[in-house]
Amino acid sequence: MRRFALIAVPYLWLLLLFLIPFVIVLKISLSDVALARPPYMPQLDLSTGWEGLKAFFAELDFENFTFLTTDDLYWKAYLSSLKIAAISTLLTLAVGYPIAYGMARAAPEWRPTLLMLVILPFWTSFLIRVYSWMGILSTEGVLNTVLLKIGIISEPLMIMNTPTAVYIGIVYTYLPFMVLPIYSALEKMDESLIEAAEDLGCSKLAAFWLVTWPLSKNGIVAGSFLVFIPALGEFVIPSLLGGSGTLMIGKVLWEEFFNNRDWPVASAVAVILLLILIVPIVLFQRNEQKAREAEG
Amino acid sequence: MAQTVFAPWTDPQQKPLIEFRNVTKRFGEFTAIDTLSLDIYEREFFALLGPSGCGKTTMMRMLAGFETISDGEIWLGGQEIGSIPPNKRPVNMMFQSYALFPHLSIWENIAFGLKRESRDKDAIAARVEEMLRLTRLTKFAKRKPHQISGGQRQRVALARSLAKAPKLLLLDEPLGALDKKLREETQFELMDIQEKTGTTFVIVTHDQEEAMTVASRIAVMDEGRLVQVATPPVIYEQPNSVYVAGFLGDVTVLEGKARKAGDVYELDWAEGQPPLRCVSPLTLSNGQTGYVAVRPEKVEIHRNKPEDDNVLRGKVIDIGYLGNLSTYHVELGNGQIIKAQNFNTERDTRRSFTWEDEVWVNWTDRCGVLLEG
Repeated sequence: MRRFALIAVPYLWLLLLFLIPFVIVLKISLSDVALARPPYMPQLDLSTGWEGLKAFFAELDFENFTFLTTDDLYWKAYLSSLKIAAISTLLTLAVGYPIAYGMARAAPEWRPTLLMLVILPFWTSFLIRVYSWMGILSTEGVLNTVLLKIGIISEPLMIMNTPTAVYIGIVYTYLPFMVLPIYSALEKMDESLIEAAEDLGCSKLAAFWLVTWPLSKNGIVAGSFLVFIPALGEFVIPSLLGGSGTLMIGKVLWEEFFNNRDWPVASAVAVILLLILIVPIVLFQRNEQKAREAEG
Repeated sequence: MAQTVFAPWTDPQQKPLIEFRNVTKRFGEFTAIDTLSLDIYEREFFALLGPSGCGKTTMMRMLAGFETISDGEIWLGGQEIGSIPPNKRPVNMMFQSYALFPHLSIWENIAFGLKRESRDKDAIAARVEEMLRLTRLTKFAKRKPHQISGGQRQRVALARSLAKAPKLLLLDEPLGALDKKLREETQFELMDIQEKTGTTFVIVTHDQEEAMTVASRIAVMDEGRLVQVATPPVIYEQPNSVYVAGFLGDVTVLEGKARKAGDVYELDWAEGQPPLRCVSPLTLSNGQTGYVAVRPEKVEIHRNKPEDDNVLRGKVIDIGYLGNLSTYHVELGNGQIIKAQNFNTERDTRRSFTWEDEVWVNWTDRCGVLLEG
């Protein structure tokens, strides 16, 4: 009985904060848009009894999902989001791995400090940090001013409102999510493994590829998912840094909800986004489980 | 069958496989190895023995190439190896933690070094199978390191380090992680494998019993210096210092003033106690401080006063019963404690001595070792 109660807590949590909201969103996605408050039909009215319930279900349909296939804006936005998320994940890995490696190889008394420095940006609001990137990247921004002063460039770089700015924003924001799991994988690694590899004839580079890299694989996979999953639905970074030129599904979703006030279509977009995300989430869970089994 | 005794170190014609020539290793201000010279010969099972921090691990890591040499030279098989990186040395090491690659199977772990030599696949497979057979691991080839026991992991580490048929195998506390019984079995297994493969083994250990069991010669180290390098019986029976006598096995050390008395030395060591007679090849001047070290198993214990050398009277204050033998702590009139050991050769006799018994202990003039300090 106690065991049941213990397990029930997380399930109850999921039920209240995930499953029920999801059912509501799913229901809206099957409804029709209406000039009302809330702006969709039908509404569930239990006072009319069984007949009302039957009528309610009869009015639900997949119209909105069909609509998403007719306008190529949507699938282009999904594809573009996937592309941006994938490229930013690779970039974050390229930046984050050396950081994590350096931290794990640092003297043990330095590691807590380095760890804190990685987490430090979280002490400032996410929005403020993205806004400050606008200050850095814009045409009259810090970066251009400095580069012009030094004379490296003669004309300001146009970074703001391009995909490059979005990549910079995503890599910057999600870097800790990449660094921390890789660091934790590398830190656990016994340094004598590298010595053993060298002893058995590996050069330093070969020892890295044959031992360090495969042993940090779990960290790499975990970090990549932790970056890829939120980056896919990212809304703030593309809308603040990417300008109108960057198409991402998070932005489309926001516009459907708040500009068009078309809640049913927006909900359909959200449901499909969730379905797309389920694949990497399941893969991520499987990776975590495999890592746990290997340790046990 | 008559066998020639393996003792290349006594033959001046033999060229050593490893030569340390005035090697010094400093870590900042700290001198870990102090102008040390040492020769190790082919097919030896050489033990570096000492307390932690004595520099034995540093010696081994210099041989493997993980530590640079501050001063001096190390020669291996007629080649100065100071500047050769670890991956280019004909030396392999078995790590204290075993350092098995957790992402590779036992088979792949053993094949790891062979693959780096880019041999052909069949040759690698044949060599791995051979190593698996040698270490009785054939059944476990497909498992990962975390799926086998500690003793099996130890054998995998050994197989992996032997696979490349190195000129020299270094073993860093190879049995430290095993329990006592398994450790004893494995000691004999190591000796067997060493003999079969004909590889030179250098083992680092702080366990004196282990060193005594496996080694052809032992180097006892202290604070970066070699105190004594000799075969196990010599180290045990003819230690050259109080440090070595105390480090290996149990011993009672008595300090006094030496005096030549005919063929033997006599050591005046305490008021009211007879001088201790001791045969020694050393030359000590009259009145020089000397020590007599005597092993418990060489001290006899009697109820009645025997007619012999070095007879001392005392009282049993402690008995350590080990089953096969008993150690008696006998306190003399002046408070000095002498340890005496008796074999319990009969099963049902009541123990001949018990607490508070007045007894006599003695040892012959050949049983004690005279030391200079």
